[in-house]
Amino acid sequence: MARQFPREELFAPGHRGCAGCGAAIVARLTLKAAGKNTIVANATGCLEVMTTPYPETAWRVPWMHVAFENAAAVASGIEAAVKSLKRKRGLYEGEKVNVIAFGGDGGTADIGFQALSGAMERGHDMVYIMYDNEAYMNTGVQRSGSTPYMASTTTSPAGSVIRGENRPKKNMPMIMAAHGIPYVATASISYPEDFMNKVKKACEIDGPAFIQILQPCTTGWGYPAAKTVELGRLAVKAGIWPLYEIENGEYRVTYKPSKRISIEEYLKTQKRYRHLTEEDVEEMQKLINHKCQEMGI
Amino acid sequence: MQNVKVITGTSAAAEAAKLADVDVIAAYPITPQTTSVEKLAEFVANGELNAEYIKVESEHSAISACVGASATGARTFTATSSQGLALMHEILFAAAGMRMPIVMMNANRALSAPINIWNDQQDSISQRDTGWIQLYAENNQETLDLIIQAFKIAENENVLLPVMVNLDGFILTHTVEPVEIPEKEKVLNFVGQYEPKHAYLRPEKPMTQGALGDPEWYMETRHDVQKAQDVALNVIKDVHDKFAEKFGRAYGNGLIETYNIENAETVLITMGSLCGTIKDVIDELKAEGKEYGLLKIISYRPLPTEEIKEALKGAKNVAILDKDISLGLDKGALFTDIAPFLKDKKTVNYIVGLGGRDIRKANIKEIIEHTENEAKDTETKWIGLKE
Repeated sequence: MARQFPREELFAPGHRGCAGCGAAIVARLTLKAAGKNTIVANATGCLEVMTTPYPETAWRVPWMHVAFENAAAVASGIEAAVKSLKRKRGLYEGEKVNVIAFGGDGGTADIGFQALSGAMERGHDMVYIMYDNEAYMNTGVQRSGSTPYMASTTTSPAGSVIRGENRPKKNMPMIMAAHGIPYVATASISYPEDFMNKVKKACEIDGPAFIQILQPCTTGWGYPAAKTVELGRLAVKAGIWPLYEIENGEYRVTYKPSKRISIEEYLKTQKRYRHLTEEDVEEMQKLINHKCQEMGI
Repeated sequence: MQNVKVITGTSAAAEAAKLADVDVIAAYPITPQTTSVEKLAEFVANGELNAEYIKVESEHSAISACVGASATGARTFTATSSQGLALMHEILFAAAGMRMPIVMMNANRALSAPINIWNDQQDSISQRDTGWIQLYAENNQETLDLIIQAFKIAENENVLLPVMVNLDGFILTHTVEPVEIPEKEKVLNFVGQYEPKHAYLRPEKPMTQGALGDPEWYMETRHDVQKAQDVALNVIKDVHDKFAEKFGRAYGNGLIETYNIENAETVLITMGSLCGTIKDVIDELKAEGKEYGLLKIISYRPLPTEEIKEALKGAKNVAILDKDISLGLDKGALFTDIAPFLKDKKTVNYIVGLGGRDIRKANIKEIIEHTENEAKDTETKWIGLKE
């Protein structure tokens, strides 16, 4: 299988990511799948900060960052400019140019939501990748709309009265699917082949595509740096992070664990859940069972 | 052959963007700018303009898309007003800091609250420190001419800054005037093609734009924008002179325009459409044998302080009219910017026309009278205020 992955590294080593950073894995795999005919727009966040401390850059493809909430709008401008310059001046000849936007969960589900919705609704030919580490990691682990139920963050701390985040995670893939775009998928850094196939498909499709990839974060979740890939796998196996795609409205599970593990096996690996009681875990298990049944996992 | 159309200011702006053959437009409608982006949409729909028109969901995304397009190497245009410009505020800094030669038309309008769609210049004045070049038009012809020049100024390799061309909401945006529309070939020949060497997104030659600038680097980038603003002073004059030569219309030296200033002891300073009213008053008073002068600011950023000082050499009293107010200081922007250079003269600040309050010839005469007689040096007076 490994031989199928291109050897070329378009995301250079030597960036400033933490040891065990999942965002670096997202960027590296994305570029391997998309190839060098790619232009990247990046929202403010870990990925942007750790890869471009001037005068260094980890990007071997054209890349730009403007602000936190506008990656999708910037990508809209890039896509329109490529089209216009292609038509008027014959630039970007040859292969198709992939316009890819990266945003974290805060930059996508919260502050960047409007720009994203606009870009998807307008049908720009772009791939939006939400690298979801389930909190505002760059500013120090504050909750976002994508923080899961009962996770403890610095702005949804577990206390004696409140048990961490009190709201369920915003369902971004379904919201994106409701925009009627041709391709929506979830992915995990621990299933690289599945993710890269999805990136490839998203690039090939004419029109907007959205991929939300779960990206464990060693500092934000509280686990040893060597365990990033393992945690990504546990999330999928426990059913809390199902892998699926919605292609032209058609829903399909892309990986089904042969036997689901208990949610406890996933939760106990992370400090952000260490306050949970047995009852909490039980409640969470029930919610996941229900969700998995709904999703056919 | 002269092609004169009787059109509004917003149409003149749209015509100018079309003549410059922009590649990408991203815009959101807002009163009183809307008619300009409607016109551009119409041009694109009819194939009169070969451009991508991005129908964005907000002004924040409009300017963000423009930055993306400009970074890719496209000639980019947008238009906005008031609340829309305020919504763009954050990205205006990015556009200037990243050296994106975007051209924007702004229909000057008051800011809420209370909500008010009428004219003053608080919106653009509030963007003063973003690094954008700001030009102000007196009439519809000047709007068209300034926007054509704006592309050439913005894209100048020694400038590379975004340019905002301001025109007074409703007073110009919705009033029709005869506007001479130059030939497209002639305009294209004048503005040339945009070939960025500093900002492009091409896979064959990857470039990182908008990197993280830590304390080792940030200050230098701000200083570079200041240097570019300094350079722009000469570029604006030069572009103006070349424009005047080619199209036969001149506006002072491109930075400022003076009117009957030579023999006047009392000079009024302002910018935008109000200059037209003042010129009329000056003519009327001249017929009575009284000499008054006007100094019209065309380029507010960069502010041509040397030219202003030089032009006011003979003046004793200076009335500075602001359609904006720095609350808590009780001064307008032009006054705070210019008065420090005029310490040897009596300078008086007049706050006028906020939220579309009419400024009539009688008000101008009242201002002249007050400046010469009652006013104390550095005094502020609000004109037409109901007390």
